[in-house]
Amino acid sequence: MTLLSVQNLTTYYQIRRGFVRAVEDVSFSLERGEAMGLAGESGCGKTTVALSLLKILPPNGKIVRGKILLNDLDVVKLSESELREKIRWKAISLIFQGAMNAMNPMYKVEDQIVEAIRLHEKGVTKKEAKDRVAKLFEMVGLEPERAKGYPHEFSGGMRQRAMIAMALACNPSILIADEPSTALDVIVQAQVLKLLDELKRKLNLAIIMISHDLSIISETCDKLAIMYAGRIVEVGDVLSVFKKPLHPYTQGLIAAFPSIYAPKQEMSAIPGSPPNLLNPPKGCRFAPRCNYSMDICLKESPSLIEADKNHFVACHLVHK
Amino acid sequence: MVEIVVKAENLTKLFEVKLGFFKTLLSKESLYVHAVDGVNLDIFKGEILGLAGESGSGKTTTGRLIMRLIEPTSGKIFFKGKDITHLDEDQMKPLRRYMQIVFQDPYESLNPRMTVGDIISEPMKLQGITDEKEVEERVYKILTDAKLVPPEEFIFRYPHELSGGQRQRVATARAFVLDPDFVVADEPVSMLDASIRAEILQLILSLVKTRRTSFLYITHDLALARHVCDRIAIMYLGKIVEQGTTDQLVLEPLHPYTKALMKAVPVPDPSHKRIEVVIKGEIPSPVNPPSGCRFHTRCPSYMGDICKKSEPQLVDMGNGHLVACHQYSKK
Ligand SMILES: Nc1ncnc2c1ncn2[C@@H]1O[C@H](COP(=O)(O)OP(=O)(O)OP(=O)(O)O)[C@@H](O)[C@H]1O
Ligand SMILES: Nc1ncnc2c1ncn2[C@@H]1O[C@H](COP(=O)(O)OP(=O)(O)OP(=O)(O)O)[C@@H](O)[C@H]1O
Ligand code: SF4
Ligand SMILES: [Mg+2]
Ligand SMILES: [Mg+2]
Repeated sequence: MTLLSVQNLTTYYQIRRGFVRAVEDVSFSLERGEAMGLAGESGCGKTTVALSLLKILPPNGKIVRGKILLNDLDVVKLSESELREKIRWKAISLIFQGAMNAMNPMYKVEDQIVEAIRLHEKGVTKKEAKDRVAKLFEMVGLEPERAKGYPHEFSGGMRQRAMIAMALACNPSILIADEPSTALDVIVQAQVLKLLDELKRKLNLAIIMISHDLSIISETCDKLAIMYAGRIVEVGDVLSVFKKPLHPYTQGLIAAFPSIYAPKQEMSAIPGSPPNLLNPPKGCRFAPRCNYSMDICLKESPSLIEADKNHFVACHLVHK
Repeated sequence: MVEIVVKAENLTKLFEVKLGFFKTLLSKESLYVHAVDGVNLDIFKGEILGLAGESGSGKTTTGRLIMRLIEPTSGKIFFKGKDITHLDEDQMKPLRRYMQIVFQDPYESLNPRMTVGDIISEPMKLQGITDEKEVEERVYKILTDAKLVPPEEFIFRYPHELSGGQRQRVATARAFVLDPDFVVADEPVSMLDASIRAEILQLILSLVKTRRTSFLYITHDLALARHVCDRIAIMYLGKIVEQGTTDQLVLEPLHPYTKALMKAVPVPDPSHKRIEVVIKGEIPSPVNPPSGCRFHTRCPSYMGDICKKSEPQLVDMGNGHLVACHQYSKK
């Protein structure tokens, strides 16, 4: 059975000048033990998707449409207390973008995780929670004694491991990692990604890996969704999206990626700028920057169709 | 002849470790983090010098020292031939217009109570540029260059109303708005996708081309450094272990640490899985760095006593390719 099915998720932020249409009609599904990468330009709505799944948007943000079905339960409809009891931490956990500095420097790491566990699971004693922290630390490759330390005594990689341990504290079935390795150097990054991959297998954990770095997604994910200006423009199995990208935006994104062994060159960018989300283009949101755009592209928004087996794309160039 | 814009001589920074009250009573000596230890760097006019290395190796501290944002424990810093090591903040102020820094963490470095427009115009105000029209024009132009468009949709927003990458671009725009001569760019594009990243890098490259601006480009992304930097220096635990042209370092790395870093670079191809992590563990504590060669505890080419006991010095292997490893020490 499908673990998570997101249907037409639409989320806006209200600012003085109107609504930022950050996420529009986003649909995807996720199975148990599956890792999906969510990639796309800065500001395209990746973090907003994550915040929507947990309903922890800032006060000016709102889900205006759509369903988030988790084991057939619609998260969008749940009340605050239901969300706290059933969803946050227990079903879906999020490691925030920039979370490396999120721990409170005044408290021991262990105390922070213990508090989080006891907040979400009533009736767990301090002792039980501490034992759990020790197990979690072992699981993420940290010495359990280190839990007694303060966050500043942890290196970047150790902090990221501790964040993962904390996110797994209540045994969720989905882990969302928002840019989990941008602040890490390549060696520690490889170690952290390897850890996530092991956890996925061991715990049959579903992972949503948000990253602008396609090389990281290509290494760790089974599936890849590409977002552009609030919409998913292409989604499919990692290999086929990489080897045979169908959407002109995906093609540009992959071409722009520097490889260390390529000869030094001028980096290719996709010409033009991302659209203004207060007033996005009517048809395909990528049309103003697309080399192949046709009349219809300016008028109608293309819907996501299955172009190949398990490979969906939203582009008027691709017909079924 | 090449003109040296910034020179660091034997730059060293020790941070005192703050111990709890009782621990202070018990231990006789203070403990220090050896964040930067005897670093020498020349940054030429119009070049981009990359500074790479593991987290905690001292890159940001080096950048802050050069900018005179923190005091060095010892060593000297020269800007355009002038010793600026001991200038006070008043004396530094006129120079600040020419030296700018893009801070590493846009979540911390942007004032949450200021709008984007105010954040970017602040350096101009500080430098006494008060002509409203000029300020506005410059803000609009730099926002456009940084792809925060249309600018009028961004100038009134606060940092929390921006995505991570948008914040990072605001930080860059702020540093570039005065057309500086020298910029320390600390991981300026780590949160950006390849396409917008390319735009920001083109902005950097165009400053280099048109104004011959010099950059100290701090990054751990070597694939990117390959395409951006003229030269690269690799740091490990507060020391530079290898330095050379970008091609020398990428194509013929000499130091075992550099070799490991290069192997760990991810490749954007799902059929290529990064081979085993080449070196294990994390960087040791800089409070008590390993004796001899600081890399010896993790080095795959460890040669025994010599590595453990004596510290390798940087030697020139030809064409300015410097390396500090006993494998290359003069016999
Ligand atoms: N609180 C907010 N108020 C108004 N607009 C917002 C707010 N938070 C985000 N936005 C806008 O919503 C859009 C989507 O932002 P989001 O943070 O989801 O992007 P992202 O894809 O995660 O980007 P990045 O890769 O840079 O982190 C952006 O255009 C951003 O400016
Ligand atoms: N203000 C400070 N007080 C004490 N120690 C510090 C301070 N600033 C930095 N350090 C320590 O100095 C060392 C070097 O830190 P620095 O931030 O320069 O590393 P970096 O190479 O920039 O790492 P990263 O890639 O994670 O940004 C680290 O061990 C760090 O913990
Ligand atoms: S000096 Fe020895 S320990 Fe250090 S890098 Fe060279 S071989 Fe390795
Ligand atoms: Mg984000
Ligand atoms: Mg740093």
